[in-house]
Parts: sequence; C-alpha cells; structure tokens
Amino acid sequence: MLAQQIVNGLLLGGIYALVALAFSLTIGILNFLNFSIPALFMLGGVVSCAVLAKGYPIAVAVAAALAVTASTSLIIERFTFRWLKRSDSHIPLVSSLGFLILLENLVVIYFGSDAVGYPSPFGAASVRIAGVLVSLPQLASFALSLVMIAACYLIVTRTKLGRGLRSIAESPAVSEMLGVDVGRTVSGMYLISGLLAGMGGALFGISYLQVSWDMGSEVALKGICAMVLGGMGNIWGALLGALIIAIIEVLTISYLSSDAVNVVVYSVLLALILLMPNGLLGDRALLVERM
Amino acid sequence: MSGYALQITAILIVNVVAAYAAYMPLACGQLNLGVAGFMAIGAYTAAVVSSAGWSIFVSIAGGAAAATLAGLLISIPVLRARGIYLTIATLAFSEIITAIILNLPAVGGASGFVVPDHITVAPMLATMAVVAVVAIWLSTTRFGLCMTAVRNDSRGTAVFGVGTRRLEVTALTIGAGFAGVAGALYAHHFNYIEAQHFNVLLSTYAVLFALLGGLQTPLGPPIGAVVFTLLPELLRSTDQWRYVGFGICVILLMLLRPEGLLTRRLIRRTVLRRAYT
Repeated sequence: MLAQQIVNGLLLGGIYALVALAFSLTIGILNFLNFSIPALFMLGGVVSCAVLAKGYPIAVAVAAALAVTASTSLIIERFTFRWLKRSDSHIPLVSSLGFLILLENLVVIYFGSDAVGYPSPFGAASVRIAGVLVSLPQLASFALSLVMIAACYLIVTRTKLGRGLRSIAESPAVSEMLGVDVGRTVSGMYLISGLLAGMGGALFGISYLQVSWDMGSEVALKGICAMVLGGMGNIWGALLGALIIAIIEVLTISYLSSDAVNVVVYSVLLALILLMPNGLLGDRALLVERM
Repeated sequence: MSGYALQITAILIVNVVAAYAAYMPLACGQLNLGVAGFMAIGAYTAAVVSSAGWSIFVSIAGGAAAATLAGLLISIPVLRARGIYLTIATLAFSEIITAIILNLPAVGGASGFVVPDHITVAPMLATMAVVAVVAIWLSTTRFGLCMTAVRNDSRGTAVFGVGTRRLEVTALTIGAGFAGVAGALYAHHFNYIEAQHFNVLLSTYAVLFALLGGLQTPLGPPIGAVVFTLLPELLRSTDQWRYVGFGICVILLMLLRPEGLLTRRLIRRTVLRRAYT
C-alpha cells in the first residue's frame, strides 16, 4: 500500500517537475515569476486533446501542442520582457497575469467550461511490478519528463545558449557588454519554458485522462512549491522538489484526507520560505543578492 | 437605484477597499498576493462576531482588528523574505487560511456561513471613504514619503537612516487591516460567505486594481478598481468575450502606461492646463 502510494507520487512528480522547471528557469535567469506558465500548461493539454479528438495520432497531437505553446510563449516574451525591460519588476508579472486571464477564457469560449475526457490511445493500460500497479502511460510520461529535464540541463550547461543564459542570470548589463545577444537568448529561454510547460500539460492529459481550462492553476501552485523546496534556479532542485511535493500530496490524500492536502502542502511551502529560503539545492549567494 | 446598479456598487466598494489593501505594501515595493487570505479573516471574524449578537459596527471593527493582528503576526517573520520570496510566502499564507476555514466545521466548512446582519450601500460607502481618507492622509505624512523612497530605492533609503524593515511591516499590516474591512463589508452585504470565494484570483484582482490604477498617488487604486470593475460589466453584452477583453486591456495597459492610469505627471498636466484657461 505504502509502496503503491509512493510510486503514484513519483509518477505525478514527473509532471510537477516540468512545471517547476519552467518557473525556475524564468526566476533563476530574469528574477520574474511568470504567471502565464499555468496557461501554457493548460494549452498543452487542451490543444493535444483537441487534435487527438479529430483522429490524428498521438505524436502529431503532442507536436501540435508543443508548437502552439512554444509560439505562444514567444509572443508572451514580447509583452513581458522585450518591451518592458526597463520597467518596474511588478509590471511583467501583471502582464503575464493578463495572459493567464486571456488564454484561459479563450479556451473556455472554444472548449467549454467543463472538464473533457482525454481520448488517449493508450487508455489506462497498466502492469504489475513486484506487487505495485504501475500505469503504463504514467510511466512513459515520467520517463519523458526525465528526458526533457536532462535535455534542459545539457542545454544550460553545454551550449552557447546556456552560457548566455547563465551570464544573464549574473548580470544582464554586463553580459550585453560582453557580446551576449540578450534578446535572442531570453527568447530561447521562453521557448524552452513554453516547451516544458506544454509538454507537462500534454503528459498530464495522457496520464490522468482529463483536461479542462483551469487545470493549470493547481499544478502551477504545486510547481512553485516544488521550485522553492528544490532551490530557485536549480534544475535538479526542481525535479527533487517536485518528487517530494507529489509524494507528500499523495500520502496526505491516502492517510489524512483530500481536504487536508492544501493545508499540508502550503504549510510546508511557508515554513520553507521562512526557515530555509535557499531550498535544498539552492545557491546561497544568489539568494542574498535577491533579497 | 435598481437592484443591479446597487449590486455593482457594492462590489465596487469592496474592490476599492481591497485595492487599497494591495496598494499599501506595493507602495513600498512589496507584492502581497495574500489579500484574499486577510479578507477571509476579516469576513469570518465579522460573521462570528455578528452571530454572537454584536452590532455591525463592532463586527466590522472586529474583522479589521483580526486581519490587522494576523497581518502583523505574519509580516514580522514573512518580511524576512523579500521580493519574489515575499510574494510566494503571502500566496502560501492565503491558501493556508482558506484551506483551514474549509476544514473548520465550526464556521460551516465547505458549505459556507450565513451572516445575520445586512449592511446597505450607504454605510458601505462611508466605510470606504474612511479607508480612502486614512490612505490619503498616510501618503502626506513622513511615513508616506518614506514608503515612496523605499519603493524607488530600498538600499538608498536605508543608507539615509530609514528603518525600511519596520516601514514594510507597518505597510503590510495596515494593508491587511484594509483587507479585513473589505472582507467584513463583503460578508455583511452578501450575507453569505464561503472559503472558496477567497482564492488566489481574488488576491490577483486586488493587486491588478492597484497596479493598473497607479502606485504614484493614493488616488490610483480606486481609479483602477472602478475602471476594471466596470469594464467587464460594460463588455457584458459580449458575454464570454468580456474576460478575453479584460485580459487584453491588462496587457495593453501595462505596455502603454506601465506606471498605471493615474500618474503624478498626468495630474500636474491636467491641473496646469486648467490653471491657464
């Protein structure tokens, strides 16, 4: 029973990790809490669901969803970073909230306000490993999440784009002086976070067979928790935090009640921010710089 | 006034007070995304006090006092964190409050709580005026000047010997008190409250009103609240498209007037023009 719950939690954590990483990238590099990420997550789920319902194969559906979320994220970049670079730090946050309201309500218009079943070609197939029931689509989603996080890590640590991103995190002005194309580099980061959030939404649909216009907010709040727990701006921290938060959530549901989930998860978050704002794997110097 | 107009006015008043609640910490550069939590504390305290047989005046004062106390207690530890950390901490605090109320059978839990006394629009307006006067008066004091200084350059202000931390705690606490008033007014006008109403979206709207109206003067938040409460109502004929329009307005406004609708420069310009003609 306990092993089963922990496995369920881990599989859920894979999806939280994608959202947490999308948040963590924008905070780590631009120090900006991007509230349009829940909308991108939701778009990933809803668009792939709509394409699947038209009878296309799953690969086409996921590709379409990723194309939509990545391009939407680039549009959001214009309105939250490119044209507002010099303004107060609250302004991009408000613009991203505007996008959240805009996108959620557009989806309500075209998709309705009820939750819709996700026509996944895999259904709810599952296997039993050592007495623990594992849903195959969930397992595949988890593996895919890990692959995406690893790819993100490689991009940030090994490529020119990643080097640019790390230098912007240190200081945008200095990196511009040293010849980093700040505009293109930040666009690249928005592209990555759009892909991560969109993939998270599609995988959520495949794993839990339901999507709706408001699916983003709950997951996004858990993603923020996970990011703080792991340490803001740290890639593996996002994964570690997401797995812990998801296991806490699943265990709370099975041993206390589903009503107690929010009390427990948010108390953990508040305690963390007050007692160890650094998170588990965070960078102390970065924290001091930002507070 | 028709029933519809009265209803809109009541919502408008609650929104204006909530906008002031978000304005106070914002005016010294701290984003509080927990306004809904403080509103919930105010609303439920007012409801409980009122159920015990006390008058509306006492229950609103009680709601404000409870929210202020909660604001003080939470802001001392929370303001160890700043910037994005403070935003997330207040968000978490608000979620904890609503989740606790939801699990508290004594105040109705998920099925909500019926509030006995009804407040009409006129005394609500008077209460709102009191809140507005307090906020405007504060902005004319040394405290208000220091708030603006901290917003513009926190480190620079500290260098000049201003206790920035105490200032931020005070601003957040006063803001929490305003939120308590907003919650109490809401509870007494609609006579029914449920925890689910006080969600993240409500906090978000309060912050939106303050920022869209403008932080430079204490007259900004009510203007933001009025414009962005009435705008969705004017767009009501377009049915579902109204929130899409609202979202577009928010994005465009931040692009075109990032300092908000009402800025010092705008006031100066209109006042000067009038002086010449």
